[in-house]
Amino acid sequence: MNHPLPPETSERPLAPGQRLAHAARTSLSESCVQEIQALATKYPDKLAATLPALYLAQADMGFAGLEAMREVARVLEIPEGHVFGVATFYTMFHQKPVGKYHLQVCTNLCCALRGGAQLFEKLRQRLAVQPGEVTADGMWSIEEVECLGSCGTGPCLQVNHEVYDEFIDDAKLDAVIEACRQGHVPEWGK
Amino acid sequence: MALIRTKPDSQSYTFPGFGSDRFPNFMLRGAGDLDNWHLKTYEGRHEGYVALKKALKMDPASVTAEVKTSSLRGRGGAGFPTGLKWTFMPKDTDEKKHVRYVVCNADEGEPGTFKDRAIMEYNPHQLIEGMIIAGWAMQCRQGFIYVRGEFKWLIDKLDAAIQEARDAGYLGKNILGTGWDFDLLTYRGAGAYICGEETALLNSLEGRRGEPRVKPPFPATRGAYGQPTTVNNVETLAAVPVILRIGGAEYAKIGTPNNAGTRIFGISGHTKRPGLYELPMGTPMDFLVNELAGGCSTGKKIKAIIPGGCSAPMLDEKDFDCPMDFDAMKARGTMAGSGGVIVMDEDVCIVEATLRLTRFYAHESCGQCTPCREGCNWLEMILHRIEHGEGRREDLDLIASLTPRINLRTLCPLGDAACGPIDSALQKFRHEFEYHIEHKRCYVKGQALTVATPAH
Repeated sequence: MNHPLPPETSERPLAPGQRLAHAARTSLSESCVQEIQALATKYPDKLAATLPALYLAQADMGFAGLEAMREVARVLEIPEGHVFGVATFYTMFHQKPVGKYHLQVCTNLCCALRGGAQLFEKLRQRLAVQPGEVTADGMWSIEEVECLGSCGTGPCLQVNHEVYDEFIDDAKLDAVIEACRQGHVPEWGK
Repeated sequence: MALIRTKPDSQSYTFPGFGSDRFPNFMLRGAGDLDNWHLKTYEGRHEGYVALKKALKMDPASVTAEVKTSSLRGRGGAGFPTGLKWTFMPKDTDEKKHVRYVVCNADEGEPGTFKDRAIMEYNPHQLIEGMIIAGWAMQCRQGFIYVRGEFKWLIDKLDAAIQEARDAGYLGKNILGTGWDFDLLTYRGAGAYICGEETALLNSLEGRRGEPRVKPPFPATRGAYGQPTTVNNVETLAAVPVILRIGGAEYAKIGTPNNAGTRIFGISGHTKRPGLYELPMGTPMDFLVNELAGGCSTGKKIKAIIPGGCSAPMLDEKDFDCPMDFDAMKARGTMAGSGGVIVMDEDVCIVEATLRLTRFYAHESCGQCTPCREGCNWLEMILHRIEHGEGRREDLDLIASLTPRINLRTLCPLGDAACGPIDSALQKFRHEFEYHIEHKRCYVKGQALTVATPAH
């Protein structure tokens, strides 16, 4: 029971939500395929490897687009439709490319009470980028996210996988952006 | 092996008198010290794995009985008696041998809650020990720790701690010569609040979309991978070694009747000293807010407090003295929930705060049940127009007619959680909503709580 995603043709166009960004290559690197294969036996059921495999594929290709999903399904030998459903359900799988530094600001209530919304506005102006977009040089993208679990020390900023939750204010925000420019923060996917 | 993050956090974990008999320190031992997580520290300084050795000498049923005696209640939010939950797991019979799993819910995502990360950061071995004891009590062979995706560095740390425990013979084959095998595996979520609900968590653990399941069958009958499973919160499992060490009866003496033990309360929002405070259950809320956290950070009056994570209905000043335990909170029309206390001063626009929370639920609804999927979006739209000066006179009645159609009509409590803040806000701060509709602006002049949608 395999449900492959239909290819987009001029007679059968995909709905806008289904039209995904294309990756530079269509297959995963050899080392990534091996890592995913190793995952298949780690859990009681190989379906359980879907999430960890998507993380690996996302890191390998830069984002979890159609090619990444297809590859995960192929390597794990599970239905493409299942992988597609899982990848689009969770917010940490990005269906289109993000910047080298993907900055996420928590604007939920606890952070908002300490200026989360203002922090997001500042970020938007300073980096001149709108949510969902990437700057022309591929450096920056921003996202408004829900609770990052740092309510006491908010507002919380997360850059790729690095969490900055030490009461981020103007000066600290500048320091984080500068650290990214200097290359002190791990890049997306690293 | 991944590098362990060594970044200090600016969180406050202690207060004068913490660690005394009045305020025992069970859960936050060594919190703030980044080297505290190692096995040698846990064994050397914090009586680590003493409880496990004791438990393995007892038969599994007596371990469960000890937890029952302690009257420990689940710290995740629902407050279900832990020992009772453990007894729901089926026993092996001659005809049927079961594969049982114990799962730790570390998908901490309730806004206002940040306690589990402190346990995983500073005392991962306490959680691991609790899981091994739970595994012994229910005779499981495998445990899973489901951690939210954003806590990647904590998963690296847990993996390292699990390896330490394995090397010391606390995990793996033939644990401490008992002939019993048990091992732990971490699983990383991917950013879905709903996966904190136990059946959604189990679906996610199986590599599926995090959609709650129809109950029954309950997880104790059909849980992870179709096998009997018990899901417990991080803090619940970390309390188990304490119970075994000091004894269930002794643990039950702490706190209020039927609400035993200590609990980590996280306080955030407009407070001078936000942070984590471990207190006996039933400590009055104003003691935490005013004495320990130093009162309102803005110097103004406190208008409202959300006492147990953002799903708990708000309290106004007449209830600030409420004891923080499950029963007392319920009696005041709210819930102790996950112990996340959110303080809001008098300049907070309740309409905007409610809008922000409702947007969260509308965003996090898994979309499975119609009342929640559609209802939360409608609530957000209605609150959005009230907040932005387009409210209609009939909107408040419309909200009041919507929430009972969501509440208790969904598979999981997310729908109920979405209604709690709105219903309580409407009940206690109705004048702010009316003012908004009539004057098309906020009743108060605080900073904005929501990001304006950019003009495209």
